[in-house]
Amino acid sequence: MDIRQLALLAAIGFAGLLFLIAFLCDREGRPRWLTSPIVYTLSISIYCTSWTFYGAVGSAARNGLEYLTIYLGPTLVFVGFWALLRKILRIAKRDSITSIADFISSRYGKSDSVAAVVTVLALLAAAPYIALQIKAIAGSFQVLGSAPEDLTGVAAASPDPVVAFWITAGLALFTILFGTRTIDINERHFGVVAAIAVEALVKLVALVAVGALAIWGVADGPADLFARMEASAVPLDAPFGMRWVGLILLSGAAIICLPRQFQVAIVENEREGHLFTAAWLFPLYLLVMSLFVLPIAVMGLDVLPSGSNPDMFVLTMPIAAGRTDIALLAFLGGFSSGTSMVIVSCIALSTMISNHLVMPLALRAPGMRLQGGGDVRRFLLLSRRFSICFILLLGFVYLRTGATGEGLASIGLIAFAGATQVLPALLGALYWEGANRRGAVVGLAAGGIVWAYTLFLPNILSGVAWWDAVAMAGPFGLDWLRPGALFGLETGDALMHALFWSLAFNALGLVVGSLSRLPTPIERVQAALFVGVFREGADEGTLRGGDASADQLFDLAQRVMGADRAYDIFRNYARARGQVTEFPLVDDAFIGHLERRMAASVGAASARAMILSVTGSETISLDELVQIADETARLMTYTTEITKKSDEIERAATQLKAANERLRSLDRQKDEFLSQVSHELRTPMTSIRSFTEILSGTPDLAPDEREHFIEIIHAESIRLTGLLDEILDMSVVESGDMERALEPVNPEIALGQAIDACLGLLRTGDVRLEVARVEGAVTVEGNLARLSQVFINILSNAIKYNTSPAPVITIESRVEGAEYVVVIGDNGAGVPAGEAQSIFEKFSRGRSAGAHTGAGLGLSISHAIVTRSGGTLRLLPSAGGARFEVRLPMLASEAEPLA
Amino acid sequence: MTQRVLIAEDERNIVESLRFVLSREGYEVSHALDGAEALALVRRETPDALVLDLMLPKLSGYDVLKELRADEMTRALPILMLTAKGQSHDRQAAEDLGVDAFMTKPFANSDVVAQVARLLGNDAG
Repeated sequence: MDIRQLALLAAIGFAGLLFLIAFLCDREGRPRWLTSPIVYTLSISIYCTSWTFYGAVGSAARNGLEYLTIYLGPTLVFVGFWALLRKILRIAKRDSITSIADFISSRYGKSDSVAAVVTVLALLAAAPYIALQIKAIAGSFQVLGSAPEDLTGVAAASPDPVVAFWITAGLALFTILFGTRTIDINERHFGVVAAIAVEALVKLVALVAVGALAIWGVADGPADLFARMEASAVPLDAPFGMRWVGLILLSGAAIICLPRQFQVAIVENEREGHLFTAAWLFPLYLLVMSLFVLPIAVMGLDVLPSGSNPDMFVLTMPIAAGRTDIALLAFLGGFSSGTSMVIVSCIALSTMISNHLVMPLALRAPGMRLQGGGDVRRFLLLSRRFSICFILLLGFVYLRTGATGEGLASIGLIAFAGATQVLPALLGALYWEGANRRGAVVGLAAGGIVWAYTLFLPNILSGVAWWDAVAMAGPFGLDWLRPGALFGLETGDALMHALFWSLAFNALGLVVGSLSRLPTPIERVQAALFVGVFREGADEGTLRGGDASADQLFDLAQRVMGADRAYDIFRNYARARGQVTEFPLVDDAFIGHLERRMAASVGAASARAMILSVTGSETISLDELVQIADETARLMTYTTEITKKSDEIERAATQLKAANERLRSLDRQKDEFLSQVSHELRTPMTSIRSFTEILSGTPDLAPDEREHFIEIIHAESIRLTGLLDEILDMSVVESGDMERALEPVNPEIALGQAIDACLGLLRTGDVRLEVARVEGAVTVEGNLARLSQVFINILSNAIKYNTSPAPVITIESRVEGAEYVVVIGDNGAGVPAGEAQSIFEKFSRGRSAGAHTGAGLGLSISHAIVTRSGGTLRLLPSAGGARFEVRLPMLASEAEPLA
Repeated sequence: MTQRVLIAEDERNIVESLRFVLSREGYEVSHALDGAEALALVRRETPDALVLDLMLPKLSGYDVLKELRADEMTRALPILMLTAKGQSHDRQAAEDLGVDAFMTKPFANSDVVAQVARLLGNDAG
C-alpha cells in the first residue's frame, strides 16, 4: 500500500472518528468534559487553519518573522481586550445572537439590510479562505502521491482540479452531516465543538512532532539549528514597520470578526467564565504552534532541493527524512486544520445566509406561506444545506479563477482584510451610542467596496485583459482611481494600501452616516442595550407595541421551534411567574422573551419581523416614545456624577406618584361608599314602602297577615336606624374625633359585656361556647363601650356566619409580653381566600355573606376603634373557620400578674 | 291560563311583598334567592316573565340577563329589572343588554304591577 492510499484511508478513518465523537456528544446529552473551558479554548483554535499549519512555514521561509503577526494579533486581543470579548459575549447570550451578522444587525435596529450587507461581505471574504483550505488539502494529497525523488511540492501549488473537486464535494457532505444533522437548528453544535477540539489537539501534536523532527532528527539539536539559522536563506532582519502593525491589527480583528471565530468564541460559548481560561490558554496554544515554524522553515530550506515549495515543508521534510509516520501525522494535522475551518465557517455562514438573505426574502414572498402554515424549521434546514453547498462551490470557483500562484498566507490575508470591514460597525455597536443603522450600512458598504476594488478583484481578475487595463491606467483613464494606488497613494504593498483605504472609508462612512440622521426609537433602544449592557436593569427595556393572543404566538413559535420546544418555553415562562395557566399572560415582557428565543433560530431581524406579523404593530405610540426617552435618559444618567441627584428626583417622583395613586384610590372609595350607602338604605326602605302600600291598599287583609307585615316594617325600620348609626359611627371613628375620650380601662370587662350581649344570639343559634380568659386585671388605654362594640361585632359575625351544623365558638384572651390578646374563632366556612384582604374595608360583607343583615361596616368600624387604641385587629390565617385577633398594648405599670 | 312570574331577589322581605302584590293580580309566583337558582328555575319552569334584582349573590343580575339573552330558548322572555343602586349608568347597561323594563328601589307596588302587565301584554284590556 503506498503512502497516498494510506493517507486517504487515514483521512476517511479520521473523519469517521470525528463524526462518531460528534454523534456521541450530541446523543449523550453533553458529557461533563465537553463543557470545560479547555474544550472552549481548543475550539477557538480553529483560527489556526491549514494556512497557519502549512502556510506559516512558507511565510517564514519567504518573509522571515512576519508570520508572527498572525499569532500576535489574537494574543493581544485575548490578553488585552478580553473585556471587549466579554461585552460581546454578555450581549450575545442575552439576545440569543446566532452570528456576527445577527449581532451587528440586532444592534442597528434589528435591521435586515445591515445583516444582509454583513453576510454578503463575509461570504465574499470567505471564498478565498475556503479556497485556501481546499488548495492545502488537495496539495497535501498530491505531495504524498508524487514520486519519492520529487520532494519539491511545487506541483501542489496549483492543485489538480479533479482532486480539488472531490475534496470540495467531500467537505460539503461532511459539513452537512456535521452541522445540519439535527433538526433542532437553534441548539448549539456541541458535537461539532467536541470534534474540532479533537482536531485542535491533532494539529498541535502534528506540528510539534514535525518541529521536534526538524530540531533533533534533521538538525543535530538546538545548537546545530542556530548555527544553520545564521547561514540560512530565511530573512531574519527585524520586520517591525507599518506592515507589522497592519498585520497585527488585521489578525487581531479577524479573531473577532471572522464569522467562524464569532461562532466558536461567542455563539457556542458555554459560560462567560470560560473566557478567563481562554485568555491565557489560547495565547499559549498559539505560542506552541508558532514555536516550531522557524526551525521547520530553516531546516526545510537547508535540506530540501532548491526551488521546493516552502508551503509544503511540514509534509515534505518528514518524507525526506524517511519518517513516513510523521508525514502521515502531519497530513492529518493539515487535514484537521482545513476541515475544522471549513466546517465551522460553513455552519456560521450558512446560518447567516439562511437567516439574513433567504429568510427576509421568504418572509416577503407571498407564495412562501411562512406567515400562514408552512413549517419554518424544515425550510430553514433545507436552506442551510443549500447554503453550505453554495459556499463550498464559491470556494472551489475561487480556487479555479483566483491567482492560485500566490502563497497560502497572502490569500488568507485577503480574507482577513474582508472580515476586518466589520470591525468599525462592531466597535461602534459596543462603544458609541450615537452609531445608527445608516452609519453602519454606509460604512460597511464603503469599506466592502473599497476592499473588493483594491484587493479582492485584483486577486481574481489579475490576468484578465480589461481588468489589467483598469489596473494600469485606472477606470475610464482616471489615473487617481487605479486600484493599486487609490488617490495617488503608492505604497508598493497592496494589502496595506487596501487596508488603509477600506478602513478609512469604512470609519468615515460610519461616522458621517450616523451623524446625518437621528436614530429611530428602536435603534436608540438597541444602542442603549448594547453599549450599556453592564448597566443595571439594561435588559428590561424592550420596545413593543400592538398585541396578540397567546394562541397566535404559540402557533408562530411552534412553526419555528417545533411544538414541544415552543410548549416548553410557554409553560416554563408561565410557571416562572407563578401563573397557573398553561400559556402565560401575553405582555411586552413575554413577547420580548419569545422574540429572543426565536432569534436563536432565525436571527433578530427575522424574529422581529415574524413577531410583528402577529402583533401587527411597528408604529410606536407616543407613550412608548416617552418611555424610551425616559429609559434612555435614565440609563445615561447612571454613568454621570448626577446619579445621586437623579435618584432623589426619582424617589420624590415615586412618592408623588404613590400619593396621587392613594388620592385617586380614596376618591374611588368615596364614590363606592356613597353608592353602597344608597344601596344599603334603599333595600329596607323598599320593604317598608311596599308593605305600607299593601297595608293601606288592601282592606280585606287577614289579621295574622296584617300582623306579620307590620312586624316586617318594624324590623326593617330598626335595620334602617342601625345602618344610619353605623354610618355615623364610621365617620366619627374615622375622623378620630370621638366624643368619648381614651382612658385606662380593663378590656376583660368589655369582653364580658360582649359575651353577655350575645347570649341571646348564641342560644337561638344553638352555639357551643368555649372560653379561656386571662386571670387578673389588665389595663389598656381605650373606651369601654367602644371595645365592647368591637368584641360584639366579631362575636356576632362568628355566630351569624357560622354555617356548621354543630357551631362552636372559642374565645381566648391572654397576656403576651406587654400586649393583651383576644382571639375569637369559629368552626364555620371561614373567610374565602379572595376576601381576606378586603374584609376590613367598608361594605365588604359582599358576595359570600348572602342575605345577612348589616351593612358590612362593622369590621371596618372595629378596625378603626382598635387602631385608635394603638392596637391591631387582624384575621389570622387558619385551616377551618375564621379567627380574629385583637391585640392591644397594655399600660405597663398597672399590669398585675394575678388576682 | 294563569300567567307565571318568577321573582329573583335576595332580600326575603322584598320577595314576600312582591309575591303578595303579584299573586293578588292573579299571577302564579315563584322565587329564586340567587342568580344561579334564578337561571335554573327559568329553564325548568319557563315562566312568562321575570322580575330580576341587579345585585344577586353567586351570579349577578347582569350575568343572568346575559345568559338568558344568549340562549335561543329564553331570548324573548320579558324581564323587569330592579336595582337599589339607581345610577343612570346601571340603567344604560341593563338596557344595552336587552332588558324590557327597569325600576329603581324603592318602588310603588302599582308601578310594578303596571310594568309586569305591560310586559305580558295585559295592559290593553
